[in-house]
Amino acid sequence: MNAVVTPITTPHVDWLAIAPEIALAGAAVLIVLLRAVIRRRPGATLAGLILAGGGVLAAGGTLAWQWIHVRDDGPISTMSGMVRVDGFGVYLGIVVVIATALALLVSVAYLRREGLEAPEYLALVLFSSLGMVVMTTANNLVVVFLALEILSIPLYVLAAFDRRRLSSQEAGIKYFVLGAFSSAIFLYGIALTYGATGTTSLTGIARFLAENTLFETGTLVAGFALLLVGLGFKVAAVPFHTWTPDVYQGAPTPITSFMASATKVAGFAALMRVFLVAFPLYRTDWRPAVWVLAVLTLLVGSVGAALQTDVKRLLAYSSIAHAGYVLIGFQAATPRGVEAALFYLFVYTFMVVGSFAIVTVLSMRGDDDHSIDGYRGLAFRRPVLGSLLIFFLLAQAGIPLTGGFIAKVEVFSAASRAGEYALVTIGAVATVIAAFAYLRVALSVARPETDQEAAEEKPRVPFGWRVDTWTGVVLAVTAAMTLILGVVPATFVDWARHASLML
Amino acid sequence: MGDFPILSVVIAVPIAGALVSMFVPAHRPEIAKAIGYAATMITFGFAAWLLWNFNTQTVQFQFVQDRPWIPALGVRYIVGVDGISIFMIAVTALLFPLGLLSSERYITHRVKAYVAWFLLLEGAIMGIFLSLDLILFFVFWELMLVPMYFLIQGWGSERRDFAAMKFFLYTAFGSAFLLAATLALGFIHEADTGSLSFDFRVLADWNGLSGTTEVVLFLGFLAAFAIKAPLFPFHTWLPLVHTEAPTAGSVVLAGVILKMGAYGLLRFSFELFPQASVDLAPLLLVLAVIGIIYGAIVATMQTDLKRVIAYSSVAHMGFVVLGIFSLTVIGINGAVFTMLSHPLTTGALFLVVGMLYERRHTREISEFRGVWKAAPILGGFFLVALFAGIGLPGFSGFIGEFLSLLGAFVSDRPYAIVATFGVILAAVYSLWAFQRVFTGKPQGENAKMRDVNLREVVVVAPLIALSLFLGLYPKAALDRIQPSVKRAVANLERKSDYREPKPHDILRVAGDGEPKK
Repeated sequence: MNAVVTPITTPHVDWLAIAPEIALAGAAVLIVLLRAVIRRRPGATLAGLILAGGGVLAAGGTLAWQWIHVRDDGPISTMSGMVRVDGFGVYLGIVVVIATALALLVSVAYLRREGLEAPEYLALVLFSSLGMVVMTTANNLVVVFLALEILSIPLYVLAAFDRRRLSSQEAGIKYFVLGAFSSAIFLYGIALTYGATGTTSLTGIARFLAENTLFETGTLVAGFALLLVGLGFKVAAVPFHTWTPDVYQGAPTPITSFMASATKVAGFAALMRVFLVAFPLYRTDWRPAVWVLAVLTLLVGSVGAALQTDVKRLLAYSSIAHAGYVLIGFQAATPRGVEAALFYLFVYTFMVVGSFAIVTVLSMRGDDDHSIDGYRGLAFRRPVLGSLLIFFLLAQAGIPLTGGFIAKVEVFSAASRAGEYALVTIGAVATVIAAFAYLRVALSVARPETDQEAAEEKPRVPFGWRVDTWTGVVLAVTAAMTLILGVVPATFVDWARHASLML
Repeated sequence: MGDFPILSVVIAVPIAGALVSMFVPAHRPEIAKAIGYAATMITFGFAAWLLWNFNTQTVQFQFVQDRPWIPALGVRYIVGVDGISIFMIAVTALLFPLGLLSSERYITHRVKAYVAWFLLLEGAIMGIFLSLDLILFFVFWELMLVPMYFLIQGWGSERRDFAAMKFFLYTAFGSAFLLAATLALGFIHEADTGSLSFDFRVLADWNGLSGTTEVVLFLGFLAAFAIKAPLFPFHTWLPLVHTEAPTAGSVVLAGVILKMGAYGLLRFSFELFPQASVDLAPLLLVLAVIGIIYGAIVATMQTDLKRVIAYSSVAHMGFVVLGIFSLTVIGINGAVFTMLSHPLTTGALFLVVGMLYERRHTREISEFRGVWKAAPILGGFFLVALFAGIGLPGFSGFIGEFLSLLGAFVSDRPYAIVATFGVILAAVYSLWAFQRVFTGKPQGENAKMRDVNLREVVVVAPLIALSLFLGLYPKAALDRIQPSVKRAVANLERKSDYREPKPHDILRVAGDGEPKK
C-alpha cells in the first residue's frame, strides 16, 4: 500500500479574535523574562507594573474593539469553532479585565506594605486573568477545561503568596487540593458528555442532541451533573462552597478581591455558556438542580454571613450569597435571565472590589486582623473611608440608589417572568438576612468609640484619606460606578441585554 | 407654573440639602443647621403652595410627571398627587422643620450628620407618598430605612443599636414580600395584556387577576404595610423603636412613617386587589379592633411616658385600618382624616415628652409628680394634645375616629361596637398618665422645673392650633380627601362583587328585615 501523505491542515486562526488573550499572555511572559534580566527589586517591580498595566490596557482596548465588531457584524468563530467571540463572551471578558485591573491597583500598595513586592505576583495575576478571558469565549468543553486550569493554577500560588503567614499557606493548599478535585470531577463530566454525544464542542453537542433522540439519557445527565458540580465549585455555589471562607480569609486581601470578582465572573461565564448553549433542550432536567443550588446558596451564604465576627469571612459568605442571586438569573434560562445575571456580575464586581479594597487598607500589617470590633469608630477616625465602606455594604444589601438594588430587581424580575415566584420570595428573604450581616458591620463602623478605646493608640486623622493614590483610584471608580449603576442604570442594562441576546 | 416639576422639587430639595450639608466643615454645625432649616422650610413652602393650588374638582392625579427610568424593566419615574397623598405631603413638610427645631438643644454632637440624615429621610418619605410607579415606590420605601436606621443608631437612647437593627430588619422583612409581590403583579399584567408596566394607574384599571393569585399578592403587600402600620400582631418593633429614637425621630416615626403603612394599604393593596380586600376585610377588621383595644390596655400599664404614646399609636392606627376596611366612603374619609390628625396630636405629645426628658433626663412616669405647678404651660400643652388625641369633640382626632367608626358601623356593626370601647380606654390611659405626671404635689426637681421657652412654644403650638382648626372646620380637609376616596371606592365596586352599604340600608334592616346587601 502506498503511504498517502495527508497534509496537516491547521485551523484558521483569527488573530484579532484572540487579541485580548495575546495581550495578557504577552505581558505576563515579558514580566517573567524581565525578572530574569533585572535583578534589582525596585526596578523589576516598576517595570513589571508598567508591563502589567500595558497588558491589561491592551486587553481592555481589544475587548472594546471586539465589542463594537461583534455588535455590528455578529459573533466570530475561530480555531475550528473552539473559540466563539460573541457579545456574551466579550461582555464578561470586559468585566474580568476590569476586575483584574482593579485588583492590580489595590495590590501595589499592599505588596509594598507587606514586603512582598515581586514581579511574579503580577505575572501570575495576568496568567490567571488570561485563563478567565479564554473561559468567557470557550466553545468547547476541552477549552473550558484548559481555561479552568490556566486560571486556577496561578491562583493556587497567589493564595499562598504570603508564605510567612500560616493562614495564607493553608489557603493555598486548601484551594489547590479542592480545586484539583473539582477539576477532576469536571473532567469526568466532559468524558461522560463526550461518551453520550460523541463531541466536546458546545454547539456540536447541542446539534447532536437536537438531531438525535437519546435512547437512554443516564450518561448524559450524569455528565452534565458533574459539569455542574465542577463549575459550581468555581463559583462557590452551596454545597460546593466549603473552601470559600477559609481560602478567602487566608489569601492576601487583593487576591481575595480578585477571586471574589474575576474568578466568579469567569466561572459563571462557563457555567452559563455550557448549559445554555450545549444543553438547552435538557433544561427541564437541569433547571431544578440549579433551583436547589440557588436556594441553598442564598440561604447558606446569607445566614453564614450573619454569623461571622470577621469582616473578611463575612464578605466571603456574602460573596457566596451573591452567587445565589446570579444563579436565580441563570435558573430562569431565558435571555432575560442571562441579561440579569450578566448585569448582576457587572455590578457585583464593583461592589465587592470596593469593599475588599477598604478591607485591604484597614488590615494592619500582616493582614490578619479583620474582626468586626476592630472596625468600631471607623466613620469617626476616617470619615471618608468609613462612609465608603457603609456605602458598599448598603449596596451589597441591595438598598435603592445603588447598583446592588437594580441588580437584585433585575434577577428577581427575570425569575418572576419565568414564573419562579417561590425563588424570588426566598431570594428576597435572604436579602433581609444578609442585610443583618452588613448592618452589623455598618453598626460597628458608625458607632463612636468609648473614651477608653479612643485613648489607645489608633491615631486620629481629621479628614482621613491616607490611602495610596492607586487604591484611591479604585475606591473612587468602584464607588462612582456603584452609584451610577443605581441611579441611571438604563445604558448598562442595555449592554447586558445586547450581550445576552448574542449568546 | 404650568410645567414646573413641583413634586420632583418637593422630593429633591431635602435630598439636595442633605448632600450639601455633608460638605459643611464639622466644626461649623450652625451652617449645617441653617441648611437644614432652609431645606425644610423651602419644602414646606412648596407643599403649602401645592395644598393651596390643589384642584378639588378632579379625581385624577395632579401635577403628574412621567419619564422613563429603567426602560428594560418597564420602570418609570411617575409622581403625582391626589386627595389621599396631598395631606401626607403637607404633614411631612410641617413636621420636619418642627422636628429640627425641637432638636435644637437635644442634638449637640455630630450635628452635621444628623441634619444630613434627617433631610434624606424627608426626601425619601416625600418620594413614598408621591410615587405612582410601584418600583419607584419601593425604591423610596427601602431608601427611607437607611436614614432612619442611622438616626436611631446615632442619636438614640441606651439600647439604640438593638432598636435600629430591629427597626431595619422588621420593615425590610416586610418589604421583601412587597418586592416579590410587586414584580409578580407587573409580570402577570404583562402576560395578560402584553405591556410591561408598574404604573399604578394602569394596574388599577386592569382587572385580570384570578382569585387565589390576587389573595397571595395582596398578602405580599399586606406583609409590608401591616408591619409598618403597625397592625397587631406585627407591632412589636414599635414601642422599642419609639422609646429609643431621638425626639424628632419619634415625632417623624409616629407622624409619618406609621402612616406609610396605612397609606400603602389604602393606595395600593386596597385598589390593586379589590376582591381580595373585600374577602379579607373581616380579618383586617378583627386585627384592627384587637389593635385598638390591646394598644389602649397596654398603654395604660406603661411606666415610660414615651411607651404610653407609642402604644396609643397602635390603637390609633387600629382606627385607621378599621376605617379603611369598613370599605365605605365615610370610613375611608375618617381613616385619611386620622392619618392627617394623628401626626399633629402625637407629634405634639412626643415633643412635650421630649421637653420633659430634656429637663429631667428620664421618662419614667413615677419620677414625675406635680409638674403642672412648676410648668403650667407645658402641662397645658400636654393636656390639650391629649384631648386632641383621644378625640374630644372640637379637635381633629374626634372627626377622624368618629368617621371611621361611622363607616364601620354602616358596614360591620359588631366591630364598630367593640372599637368604641377603645375611645373610652383612650381617655383612661391619657388622663391617668396626665394625672400621674402633672397633678399632685411637686417634689424634688419637679418643683423647680423650667416652663416652656419661646422656641418650644413655636414647636408645639402650630400642631395644636392645626388640630383645633381641623376639628372645628374639617370641611377644609374633607373637600380635598373625599373625591379621591370616592374614586377608590368606585374602583372597588367596579372590580369586585362588592357594593357599598349605605346608612339607609341599615335602617331598612332594622325596619322591615330586608337583607342588608
